[in-house]
Amino acid sequence: MAVPKGIKQVEEAVWEIPASFKKGMNVPARIYATKKLLDAMDDGVFEQVTNVACLPGIVSYAIAMPDAHFGYGFPVGGVAAMDLKEGVISPGGLGFDLNCGMRVLTTNLKLNDVKPKIKELVNELYMLVPPGVGARASLKVTNSQLDEISVKGVKWCHENGYAWKEDLQKIEEHGAIAGGDGSKISEKAKERGRSQLGTLGSGNHYLEVQFVSAGQVYDESIASAFGIHDKDQICIMVHCGSRGFGHQIATDYLKLFDNAMQKHNIKISDRELSCAPYQSEEGQNYYKAMIGAANFAFANRQLITYHIREAFKRVFHKNPEDMEMQIVYDIAHNIGKIEKYKVNGKLRKLLIHRKGATRAFGPGNEELWGAYKKFGQPVIVGGSMETGSYLLVGTKKAEEETFGSTLHGSGRTMSRTQAKKMVRGDKLQKDMEARGIYVKAASMAGLAEESGISYKDINEVVEAVEKAGISKPVCSFKPLGNIKG
Amino acid sequence: MKYKTLDHTADVMFEVYGKTLNELFKNAAIAIFDTMVKRSTIKVKLKKEIELESNNIEQLLFDFIEELIYIKDAEYLIFKNFKIKIKDNRLTAVLEGDKINPKKQILLTDVKAITLHKFSLKKSKQGYKAVIIPDL
Repeated sequence: MAVPKGIKQVEEAVWEIPASFKKGMNVPARIYATKKLLDAMDDGVFEQVTNVACLPGIVSYAIAMPDAHFGYGFPVGGVAAMDLKEGVISPGGLGFDLNCGMRVLTTNLKLNDVKPKIKELVNELYMLVPPGVGARASLKVTNSQLDEISVKGVKWCHENGYAWKEDLQKIEEHGAIAGGDGSKISEKAKERGRSQLGTLGSGNHYLEVQFVSAGQVYDESIASAFGIHDKDQICIMVHCGSRGFGHQIATDYLKLFDNAMQKHNIKISDRELSCAPYQSEEGQNYYKAMIGAANFAFANRQLITYHIREAFKRVFHKNPEDMEMQIVYDIAHNIGKIEKYKVNGKLRKLLIHRKGATRAFGPGNEELWGAYKKFGQPVIVGGSMETGSYLLVGTKKAEEETFGSTLHGSGRTMSRTQAKKMVRGDKLQKDMEARGIYVKAASMAGLAEESGISYKDINEVVEAVEKAGISKPVCSFKPLGNIKG
Repeated sequence: MKYKTLDHTADVMFEVYGKTLNELFKNAAIAIFDTMVKRSTIKVKLKKEIELESNNIEQLLFDFIEELIYIKDAEYLIFKNFKIKIKDNRLTAVLEGDKINPKKQILLTDVKAITLHKFSLKKSKQGYKAVIIPDL
């Protein structure tokens, strides 16, 4: 591994590659990492983050988070803020799985209530929330309903009986971002969306039953405000996105932009960075389609929540309301958002690209409400299925330095091919069961690909954002049961 | 060799070979479906014919893989054998396979999209070579 020459340390966990590093860079690149993580970082991250720094209209810095790894075009774990007039929008900068994101639910159940029934519970969840290749939609909708979902997101779910009223208060932008438009979305995307609504997916997507044990709450008053107050409390975490709907939208616009680059006179070093001016017709259409996919993804995680509540009801013979199955928060980590930031003392509206990066608004942000506004917006950091996950909150410093952004997970460190050479899925499943984690997977090969050794140390990546001051740990979760695609 | 799997942190990278374009496209389809299913566990129950036309041969390969992923998701179909004819950037293909059923087939990791990252199709000494990175 070679950290680029000329990289300089800005702060304890912040590093900068100057704009002189590579021809064409409009701004420097910044990497948030401890020295240890920086030294172990994929070479590809340095190459890709400096390529992103070359894009037209990029403001201040191209940023890579501590969990960053080589992606397509943009690194995964990347943030780029674009000027609304001069800047571009790039499908490769938001990821294929639009609004891939995280949701956490609490319960009032304890480890001792759930542990004896974990197999039954995981099997029930597996039936109701279908994972893996070719899983059938859990809810059939028409194209016009799909268009409505693209606009209304979780509000559609609430109108149709799949969400509690209070759910809408516990999701980024209340689960419905303004600006989604189904008319900018292809028939192909809609067909894939209809066939997969309410499914979990495969790859690194999962549904996990977790618990918060003693010593895992780092800020009691914030945890308590978010509904996490007990030791051994059972929580549920969901990681998934907009399924084939978002992937097809990304593919459609990637192709369109690839052909439109010449027209807009944009030159890039990697076709996967293909982009269009945000203000162009192509750019605006993609933005509207992308927001539609984001709203679909919020609705997808809501339908999964509906089925999680149903599975708990069947296994524990109690109403989900009585089990206090409330959402802590739901947040995207593959998305483009229009947000306001101070740049050189001037407030500007910018298009923030987050690919494998989470919004991290601090206390008092005008877009937040209730406990989120008081304490900062929750950031859900998914770990590998073996090592557990974290809940953090955003900070003012994130708003000042990283366009209100932070990490999204542990970050892969090993290829899927390599992981399969080192780990056998069936053996891993047995080993995990011996350690008290019951996992049911649609594919044993898929399970091997997601083993803990494939990922960076989650404690180390969280330490990096804490040291950099862009997030603050609230609590961590340990896995008890997991379903994987 | 039909194709070789190369390391890539996020997903997987294929180098696909073919003496002819027909063979290259067939081997690309095999690489994609080998990722998703143990192909030997598919019993051929149905056939699907597709026709595609693109501006150039590289684009045709991209569009072909995109179409396979789309059919897999929209119609829940998975394929074992591929009969492909290419002429003047036009493709006709007969895909043989079955409905996806985890009770009948050993399913592996889903392919969700084809990316443009390092994507290429070039003439080689032995015929043709393509590089494909799917999103998993």
